[in-house]
Amino acid sequence: MQQLRPAEQLELKLHVNGVSRTCTVHPMARLLDVLREDLRLTGTKEGCGEGECGACAVMVDGKLVCSCLIPALQVQSAQIKTVEGLAPSPESLDAVQRAFIECGGAQCGICTPGMLLAAHALLERHPHPTELQIREGLAGNLCRCTGYTKIFSAIVRACEERS
Amino acid sequence: MKISKTLDADAIGSSPPRKEGAAKVTGRAQYIDDLHFADVVHGVTVRSSVARARIRAVHFLPGVPWEQIFVVSAADISDGGGHNAIALIEHDQPCLAGSVVNHQEEAVLLLGHPDRGIAERARNLVKIDYEPLPPIFDMDESLAQGESKAHLIWGANNLFKEFEIQKGDLQAGWAAAEIVCEGDYETGAQEQLYIEPQGMAAEWHSDGSVTVLGSMQCPYYIHKALTHLFGLPDEKVRIIQTETGGGFGGKEEYPSMIAAHAALLARKAGRPAKIIYDRIEDMVATTKRHPSRTRIRTGWLRSGQMVAQDIDFRIDGGAYMTLSPVVLSRGGLHAAGPYVCPNVRVRARAAATNAPPHGAFRGFGAPQSVFAIERHLDEVAAQLGLHPEELRARNFVHDGQTLASSQVVRDHVDMNELLARGLALSDFSRKREEFSLSNRAAQEQRGPKRRGIGLATFMHGCGFTGSGERMLGSVVAVDSDENGRIRIRASSTEIGQGTNTIFTQIAVDTLGIAADLVDVVRPDTAEVPNSGPTVASRTTMVVGRLVAEACQGLRAQLRSAELLAEGHSSADFQRACVEHHRKIGPLRATAQYQPPPNVNWDDKTYRGDAYATYGWAVYIAEVEVDLVTYETRVCDFWAVQEVGKVVHPVLAAGQIEGGVAQAVGYALYEKVVWKEGRMQNGQMTNYIMPTSMDVPRIHVDFAEVPTPFGPRGAKGIGELPMDGTAPAILNAVEHATGLRVRHIPMTPEDLMVAALAAEAAPCSN
Amino acid sequence: MRAYLPEYEAVSARSLVEALTLLAQNPADARGRWQPLAGGTDLMVLFGVGKLPAGRYLNLLGVGELHGIDVTPSHVDLRALSTYSDVRDHQVLQREFPSLVQAAIDSGAIAIQNRGTIGGNIANASPAADTPPALLSYDAEIELVSLRGARWLPYAEFHTGYKETKRAPDELIARVRLPRLSSQDPERQQFRHYYRKVGTRRAQAISKVCLAGTALAVGGQLVKPRLAFGSVAPMPLRCPRTEEVLAAGPLDAGRIQAAQAMLSEEIRPIDDVRSSAAYRLRVAQNLLADFVAAALTPRPA
Repeated sequence: MQQLRPAEQLELKLHVNGVSRTCTVHPMARLLDVLREDLRLTGTKEGCGEGECGACAVMVDGKLVCSCLIPALQVQSAQIKTVEGLAPSPESLDAVQRAFIECGGAQCGICTPGMLLAAHALLERHPHPTELQIREGLAGNLCRCTGYTKIFSAIVRACEERS
Repeated sequence: MKISKTLDADAIGSSPPRKEGAAKVTGRAQYIDDLHFADVVHGVTVRSSVARARIRAVHFLPGVPWEQIFVVSAADISDGGGHNAIALIEHDQPCLAGSVVNHQEEAVLLLGHPDRGIAERARNLVKIDYEPLPPIFDMDESLAQGESKAHLIWGANNLFKEFEIQKGDLQAGWAAAEIVCEGDYETGAQEQLYIEPQGMAAEWHSDGSVTVLGSMQCPYYIHKALTHLFGLPDEKVRIIQTETGGGFGGKEEYPSMIAAHAALLARKAGRPAKIIYDRIEDMVATTKRHPSRTRIRTGWLRSGQMVAQDIDFRIDGGAYMTLSPVVLSRGGLHAAGPYVCPNVRVRARAAATNAPPHGAFRGFGAPQSVFAIERHLDEVAAQLGLHPEELRARNFVHDGQTLASSQVVRDHVDMNELLARGLALSDFSRKREEFSLSNRAAQEQRGPKRRGIGLATFMHGCGFTGSGERMLGSVVAVDSDENGRIRIRASSTEIGQGTNTIFTQIAVDTLGIAADLVDVVRPDTAEVPNSGPTVASRTTMVVGRLVAEACQGLRAQLRSAELLAEGHSSADFQRACVEHHRKIGPLRATAQYQPPPNVNWDDKTYRGDAYATYGWAVYIAEVEVDLVTYETRVCDFWAVQEVGKVVHPVLAAGQIEGGVAQAVGYALYEKVVWKEGRMQNGQMTNYIMPTSMDVPRIHVDFAEVPTPFGPRGAKGIGELPMDGTAPAILNAVEHATGLRVRHIPMTPEDLMVAALAAEAAPCSN
Repeated sequence: MRAYLPEYEAVSARSLVEALTLLAQNPADARGRWQPLAGGTDLMVLFGVGKLPAGRYLNLLGVGELHGIDVTPSHVDLRALSTYSDVRDHQVLQREFPSLVQAAIDSGAIAIQNRGTIGGNIANASPAADTPPALLSYDAEIELVSLRGARWLPYAEFHTGYKETKRAPDELIARVRLPRLSSQDPERQQFRHYYRKVGTRRAQAISKVCLAGTALAVGGQLVKPRLAFGSVAPMPLRCPRTEEVLAAGPLDAGRIQAAQAMLSEEIRPIDDVRSSAAYRLRVAQNLLADFVAAALTPRPA
């Protein structure tokens, strides 16, 4: 932890996956680092640090965002959802997670957490998305392994299961 | 062997769920930066800002508490009794630059501090004084200067490797030729762009040993590099692979460098050290695909028979050798294509330049040379007045004929059938007609869109070239624990391609046991034998076969101990293992690679069986070009390949789809912008890989002609899709627009230049 | 690249007055004046690659007065913290200002659209910004506020050079106003919108050339054409001389070529890491012709 003057420290209160968390951080600390380092939630990944790859995607107050672009002081009291909060219980998976496994939507897995959040955001907006809507909804999440093809299939499969 | 119904879903040919899939979709999978080390020091690398220079002085400017910062230089390596080199083919690449640097971004110093922000700030406060030396950035200039000895930047003549493949009598070929065609083709560098940046962590122990964990493809490469660097015996170095977020070759050899750095820093600090590259650093400093230039000159009979083939293939290896000789080897051996030609010469050279060293990237030389030959053949077809597919059909190699390396094709191949399949699936001929007509109409009406369809036909050798597999002598071990759980031990890494799942399937298939009885041991040099690197499309075919053999060995031990009958169930097998443990002792079997008989390769003459077997493919691209913006959109894509045996249909298709997408990037988007030997666009904002909006629909079709060399006949497939995609796309663009572009990436800017040139000189060719 | 956090000071403003009070300060120390921080999609990218200047940053996202899109009969006001998503999903904007909506759709991808703001996009003053050409094509006005008061100016006057604007250091962009054509106005039927961004790929792309155009299509002619380009000059710009050529008569091949020639004099594209001056010029000219063709295409009744 860097040595800061007390006036420069922020008492950050967050609700992460439904659980209240507090930590003391620099106001400009990236939400990504707060999650990974202060809260030890390492499911959210850093792929580029410049908001291009989407590996750091989380939901803040119900909206999909890149956590590498958000300073801590902008998420005071916010509701955050990360990949760790998707499964209904530690022993089960949600429909999208199951579909990713069944359809081969995850290969190396590094883009998967962000991709799952993007999938959720997409399905909230378009419960039965067209191919174009799927492509647009995932356009901010880069995957180098799959060529996206089986991620598209996984989303279609998840829709079928949910309806 | 009887396999019960419930086991079929997990056997070879089925698509069981990814072994580590649940961990990946819940965020529980642990990549190196997810691991927390108490008391860790974060490392950053101070790098050269000039391409070639002598180091005169190093200054540490005020602004950080330098007394808290650990500094490692080249002196720390030799002072510690080690060798300042990253051991690979040669030992020419220093771990840390000593008195000279030979490329921009070369590592000079390591800095470490517990606070990442302070370490980063310190990096910017190191100032190095250089005395510049004249660099060379162009591979042909390097070859020329090297040949004349006028300007040497590496070795005696700037040449990492050179060889020639010869077949028949080229002069006789020219004499017989009725038409001669010539062309120069060029491919640019390409960044692997795994989404997880390179990262390593190291920790020393009180017994003088070191453990390194991180993102990697080849734990034993790192092991060899560190034993050499530190002068340590084998048992004092332990390398462990953490979950790896993509590799594609970019984590084949480079990790040895960052592992060495982490270990050096940990030794200096007396605490664990972690180095995680930021994206810019990863892009500009680590390896990329070798740029290439190929000159092809071919001679033909009017009937479409190729009678002479002369190929001059050059690659740019960057400042140090790394794997350039092997990339050159594969590139050279694929340069002539899946065709039979009586008279062939392939000259191959890998030149040094003062760019950061280039290295392994899926395809490993073949995407470069296949691009050239497949573009060239379309040009030849046009000149001969034949359709592109007709020209190829008249020249495909058949069983019993020889490739350029004089390898006799023994595994059955029928490229004509594959071609017919591809043409039918894509409706090729009808579309070609339709697009030609609609393009003409669009031209008359001044509409902006043009459509085209194009193909490429190619092969990819599976496993290491020539005697490579023999030299590796890969070993796999399989054992059972006291509860009858089967553990597969191999150094083959899971990097997304499905190693864990495939090995499990092979064990299930061989032993008739349930998949959840099988564990694939994490690649840890203390726990697994050396089954070779995870490269060269060898994991399923070569190592997978050893997994099967080791499993057979295990079963044989149980049988000979009379603990297992024929037609056993999974439960029977588990019980037998438990009994073996109780009554006899540990149960373990190993298998080692045996070179197959009748696969003979001569490294000196570059002649013989270059690869045990090949995957064969026909790829077809359908494109739409917009002449307002000169952008090319790949609308549709068909990938037809013969792969021996599809072990896991979902994983196999996933490999093809992912490779095609990467190759779409290689063809149209992924330009590395160079200035004075440094990548200028080393950010994901400016180095453009395809998004979900940019990839076409990809239709994958597999044919199966089992090879004797792989488990149930499986060949390698990981690199195949990288080879033929780019030329198929550019062939389609030429069909769409009549514009002839001979280099990739072909950006819209490039197509515009071709379009304007064609407008200015409408009567050429 | 991990930033050196002690170099940065950051606070959140809870109201507009609080924000303006801080912006009015001019501290004498090295850290200097408070800099506005909105969605972060520009500034935090710089932060992430180690290029955000050390200093003081003022989080505006809590300032309620800067959120919202207000619709009146004569205009639509976008308050500065309207995000691309807000714009994208707004029905009146979709109907009446489709170029701006398209600009929002073409910006980044969903995660960026949820955070990036119109005010931030304008104030950052990148010549490659996606919304300014659309705003210029709609004759937008911009309101700047400070403790000294509020002032309106035509958005076309806001950008004065490369990353130079008329915003004083103590001012914030408060609103961007888009004048509406009334539903009774006969011109509504003839009004044409055009927006095309040419990026490095189809999403998550920085613009290489961008054209937003509007015009009235009357007979075979264009009346009151507005051409606004991005990425071809140090700032987003209108091309009045080219507009004049287009408006002067029937749009035959000769007029279009003359307009393209005039365009080459009005814009100043450069070579950079993404593209070339030659490409930008040629494609800008092509887009011009494409705009004309689109504008003159008769709409179904």
